[in-house]
Amino acid sequence: MGEIKLMKGNEALAEAAIRAGLQGYFGYPITPQSEVVEYLAREEPKHNYVLLQAESEVAAVNMLYGAGGAGARVMTTTSSPGFSLMQEGISYIACAQIPCLFANIVRGGPGLGTIQPSQSDYFQATKGGGHGDYHLIVLAPNSVQEMVDHVYLGFELADKYRSPAMLLSDGAIGQMMEKVQLPDPIEYKPDKPWATTGKKPGQERNYLTSLYIQPEEMEEKNIELQAKFKKIEENEVRFEEYKTDDAKIIIVSFGLSSRISKKSVDMAREAGLKVGLFRPITVWPFPANKIADIAARKQVNFFISIEMNAGQMVEDVKLAVNGKKPVYFYGRMGGIIPTPKEILTAVQARSRS
Amino acid sequence: MKEGYKLIYQKPKTLREKRMHYCPGCFHATTHKLMMEVVEELGIQEKIIGVCPVGCSVFAYDYMDVDMQEAAHGRAAAVATGIKRMHPDKIVFSYQGDGDLAAIGIAETIHACNRGENFTFIFINNGIYGMTGGQMAPTTLEGQKTTTSPYGRDPKKAGLPLKMCEIVSQFDSVAYVERVSCNTPANARKAKRAIKKAFEYQMQGLGSTFIEVASNCPSGWKCTPEESLEWLKEKAFPYFPLGVFKKPEEV
Ligand SMILES: Cc1ncc(C[n+]2csc(CCOP(=O)(O)OP(=O)(O)O)c2C)c(N)n1
Ligand code: SF4
Ligand SMILES: [Mg+2]
Repeated sequence: MGEIKLMKGNEALAEAAIRAGLQGYFGYPITPQSEVVEYLAREEPKHNYVLLQAESEVAAVNMLYGAGGAGARVMTTTSSPGFSLMQEGISYIACAQIPCLFANIVRGGPGLGTIQPSQSDYFQATKGGGHGDYHLIVLAPNSVQEMVDHVYLGFELADKYRSPAMLLSDGAIGQMMEKVQLPDPIEYKPDKPWATTGKKPGQERNYLTSLYIQPEEMEEKNIELQAKFKKIEENEVRFEEYKTDDAKIIIVSFGLSSRISKKSVDMAREAGLKVGLFRPITVWPFPANKIADIAARKQVNFFISIEMNAGQMVEDVKLAVNGKKPVYFYGRMGGIIPTPKEILTAVQARSRS
Repeated sequence: MKEGYKLIYQKPKTLREKRMHYCPGCFHATTHKLMMEVVEELGIQEKIIGVCPVGCSVFAYDYMDVDMQEAAHGRAAAVATGIKRMHPDKIVFSYQGDGDLAAIGIAETIHACNRGENFTFIFINNGIYGMTGGQMAPTTLEGQKTTTSPYGRDPKKAGLPLKMCEIVSQFDSVAYVERVSCNTPANARKAKRAIKKAFEYQMQGLGSTFIEVASNCPSGWKCTPEESLEWLKEKAFPYFPLGVFKKPEEV
């Protein structure tokens, strides 16, 4: 089953999208993500997907809206400044309920920032990002293998819930090379009776909109969307635990920093400190219930959120823990990747205090 | 049909039974009707997909009985691109106002034309932002008063009105460009013919097709519908001349 290869994260993501039945890709180059569109451009003659280098991320996201609305399996990828430009379009996509996949290969900000990896777009990804009340389904891969797996999963969840889904990755995972197992290609057959593919005889026309000018109708639409988000929260939470069973200290970390934190857990254990790692795989929906369960465990002394930003996910951890235990934060900003030793030191400092 | 009566006109079946919200005399309504007549005559109701803009025609999907998507302000050309690329065998149009197509969305317009995206632009140039209450548009005439140019458009501050037909007809990838109007029955018939040709050229895969309707906005211009027709003839047409700017060679 599948094929084993050594691949760069961004290229693995692109290859996975092809295998998952990609029909349309619209994007604009930006470091550290450009390998996705470059890979798709190289592979294009062998496949049937449409590849279009848009004039901007603004255009790209709206092409995605059109193509996804017309029933196709579509994706765009970008990095932080580009993802900011897409926010208006994503808000429209969320309201019109168009399944599609985004990947933000995050770089450090704010502003033009740096091309080095960062996790500083957590708020933007998990809280909606654009205007209005909405969420995307957000998967946070921490390996090249997961860049592949999450593309399949992201497309699947997007279709299942008629919702935009995204990979919240970063420049390091996008650029690093690892061994991956590539799944078998699937033949994608969209089943989207709502799509704008031309009016069917004897049926009402299909139209996609996010305009509900009467407040009562707009509220009704919001209630419908919120019900969907609740269903996603109930059914699609994913996480990974590492040595948390007997842990007194819980590191919470996602994506790249969770990988580094895992090493810190082992180092802490060697030094006699019972540390465990809790890693949200879906950062929205956030595994709040599971964290609340862990917080209720008697032996747990405190939580510490490890992030490559100024402290964003820590707010969700605090909400989940709800005052039952102290919640601390340690992070590096601006594209700096913390070392396992540095994280251990931060944990040790809290355990002494 | 009552005895002694003869049916000489009825609205096309491709227009929905929904009362339009447009102000009296507004060409948005006329243009919708002409387009849907063409759709009916060409028998393409099941093959056409439209994109409506943000502007007064934001609700066009309530009136046109064809599959449609409502785009963000200025992005209709990008949305139409996405649809057409997925369904090259379908007929796709974007329906956009002048603020939408020529201001906030001009990048999408230019690039879609330069790529020769094989869909039809229906561009309603009424020289004003109708929907938001009559502000200056990129096509507002020199000296024309709007709520944001209360002393008349000053080219020193705002530049001169953009001539979109003249701009897009320069691209090799654009097959057909015509500026039409609906100020007289004869011109409305010409407008309909132009829309029909545009759809036909699209079906032949000739490239982008661009129909500008030199339009009116009695409410935004603060005049009666009749006065708006006068204004078109006296002020607008001299600057925005009607006619074909480009057409496929062999035709
Ligand atoms: C991003 C964004 N900016 C501004 C607006 C407000 N807005 C709505 S319609 C419009 C102008 C519409 O003018 P035009 O495109 O000429 O259409 P008309 O109403 O004249 O037909 C503006 C500025 C918006 N909806 N979205
Ligand atoms: S405001 Fe102007 S463009 Fe809008 S419907 Fe009224 S007349 Fe037409
Ligand atoms: Mg206008």
